[in-house]
Amino acid sequence: MDTVGSELNAAMLTARVKMERLRAGSPPFLLDISVKVPSGITILFGPSGAGKSTVLDCIAGLARPDAGRIAVGEGVLFDSQASVNCPPQARRIAYVFQTLALFPHMSAEENVAYGLDGLPREQRAARVEEILNAFRVEKLRSRRPAEISGGERQRIALARSLVAQPRVLLLDEPLTGLDAILKAAIIDDLRVWNAARRIPILYVTHSREEVDALGERAITMDHGRVVSEGTPMEVLEAPRRKRLAQTAGFENLLSGTVVDLREADGVMRVRLNESVCEIEVPLGFAVAGDRVHVAIRAGDILLATSQPQGLSARNVIEGRIVSLETRGTLVRARVNCGVEFIVQLTPGAARTLELAVGVRVWLVLKTHSCHLVEE
Amino acid sequence: MDALLLSLRLALCVSAILLAGGLPLAYWLAYSNWRGKFLLEAVVALPLVLPPTVLGFYVLLAMGPHGPLGKLWQLFFGHGMAFTFEGLVLASVLYSLPFAVQPLIASFESVDRKLLDASAVLGAGRLRTFWRVILPLSIPGVVTALVLSFAHTMGEFGVVLMVGGNLAGVTRTVSIDIYDHVQSLEYAEANRMALVLLAISFAVLSAVYAVNRQVGRQIGRRLWTPWAAN
Repeated sequence: MDTVGSELNAAMLTARVKMERLRAGSPPFLLDISVKVPSGITILFGPSGAGKSTVLDCIAGLARPDAGRIAVGEGVLFDSQASVNCPPQARRIAYVFQTLALFPHMSAEENVAYGLDGLPREQRAARVEEILNAFRVEKLRSRRPAEISGGERQRIALARSLVAQPRVLLLDEPLTGLDAILKAAIIDDLRVWNAARRIPILYVTHSREEVDALGERAITMDHGRVVSEGTPMEVLEAPRRKRLAQTAGFENLLSGTVVDLREADGVMRVRLNESVCEIEVPLGFAVAGDRVHVAIRAGDILLATSQPQGLSARNVIEGRIVSLETRGTLVRARVNCGVEFIVQLTPGAARTLELAVGVRVWLVLKTHSCHLVEE
Repeated sequence: MDALLLSLRLALCVSAILLAGGLPLAYWLAYSNWRGKFLLEAVVALPLVLPPTVLGFYVLLAMGPHGPLGKLWQLFFGHGMAFTFEGLVLASVLYSLPFAVQPLIASFESVDRKLLDASAVLGAGRLRTFWRVILPLSIPGVVTALVLSFAHTMGEFGVVLMVGGNLAGVTRTVSIDIYDHVQSLEYAEANRMALVLLAISFAVLSAVYAVNRQVGRQIGRRLWTPWAAN
């Protein structure tokens, strides 16, 4: 586990980056962040377009910040004031891209050995052997990337980037498209590998589940700035900006059209996308006919197996269970009511209610559990 | 048969020179961010649209006893450059330049840039990235470049006539030879040479397409053809 002693040995990654990106047809994007990444896994979390990948590119040397300073421990990689800009091939920073970018014309083994140029042949072979074993892909050594399954490709990309013993590891959503079990297995192997080395790992994702599952620390970013920092719990429970809520904390993000406003009651009715399903939500700045987004936490929805009567809650929607999935101490149900809702409940509740796929249920939503999200 | 051997020798020399010079030129044209790049691109593509006689005319002037190239040649070798095999090689290199460079550019450009980023992050510089990643993934383009410059040189007529003239064994290539035979109404002779040229061209192109299929299957990429949209 984390001890102060081992943290002292590892060189911390510090990056202060300012960069303006001009993109045709959209307002200029200003990236202005400062992050510290100690040894172990730090999650960099935020919606698409927040500038996460650009931060990684700057750290790796593939993009050049307008101003700032990037260093690993005492070693300065970039410093705009001192005019230091170390080229990417000299930085010793490993980087696994979202697309993995394995060389298609090389076998897995050749891919992994690519970063070991200059080592004597025997040492090279030994290092490749060791890392292939560490990531359990030794059997695939002679296969080309096209002949390998998704999860194994991801393992090979990790092995390739780590074989040269980098000072920092950057991961840009490398595990998208994998199911939770496969993901967890790969992360476990990465943790084991890093237990002895304790290098800083910066892991970019826009998936809230990944933040929960693998982070020791998390940094959330939006619009090119750091929004919050801390443990995954702290970061996810306090979304400081509404836009971030679209990806953090709200499993249900529905869009719909305002039907009418009832000012006296402080509510308005919203018809959800392409359905007859209407819900009552708190009054917002909108008029009838406006498109709005409604965010609802899966844990804020009640579920009943017979039509409930005499409730204060205004929204009672009928639907059928489409799927049930147990994740640790939670059961997650998908319910189709014309639109699909995700509902979260405890395994005990799921047992008592005898929930199963196809069962007819009623969802109960308090008006104030329906949050309006601004564009 | 002299004419055929001469054409083959010429085509081999030209292809070799074009490959050696075309690789760095195409690399630069594919990856440089220089603003004035379009000018050089236009120059490289000129022989595609220029009548061979126009190109041949200017090359002849440059090589002539009063041209800059001709004077330099005279200085080093003691004789003129026009109507020599070397002069013919130079003119043919210029004439076939786009046929070598454009397929190379196209295949360099279609290499996924993320692979180049990956190579850099793994510690490789430009040169190593070129040899280990860009070139192996551009093999179909290299083959196309070689074959097109070879075939184009084999078949050229106007430039040869302007620059080389018609000296047996020195500058009389197959296409000139065929023309000569037709002029003197020796149709059987002309037909024999024409058939040989046709057979060679067909064999070479079939070989390229076969290689393309094979290599394409291995690296999952297509051969560049001048007719494809990309």
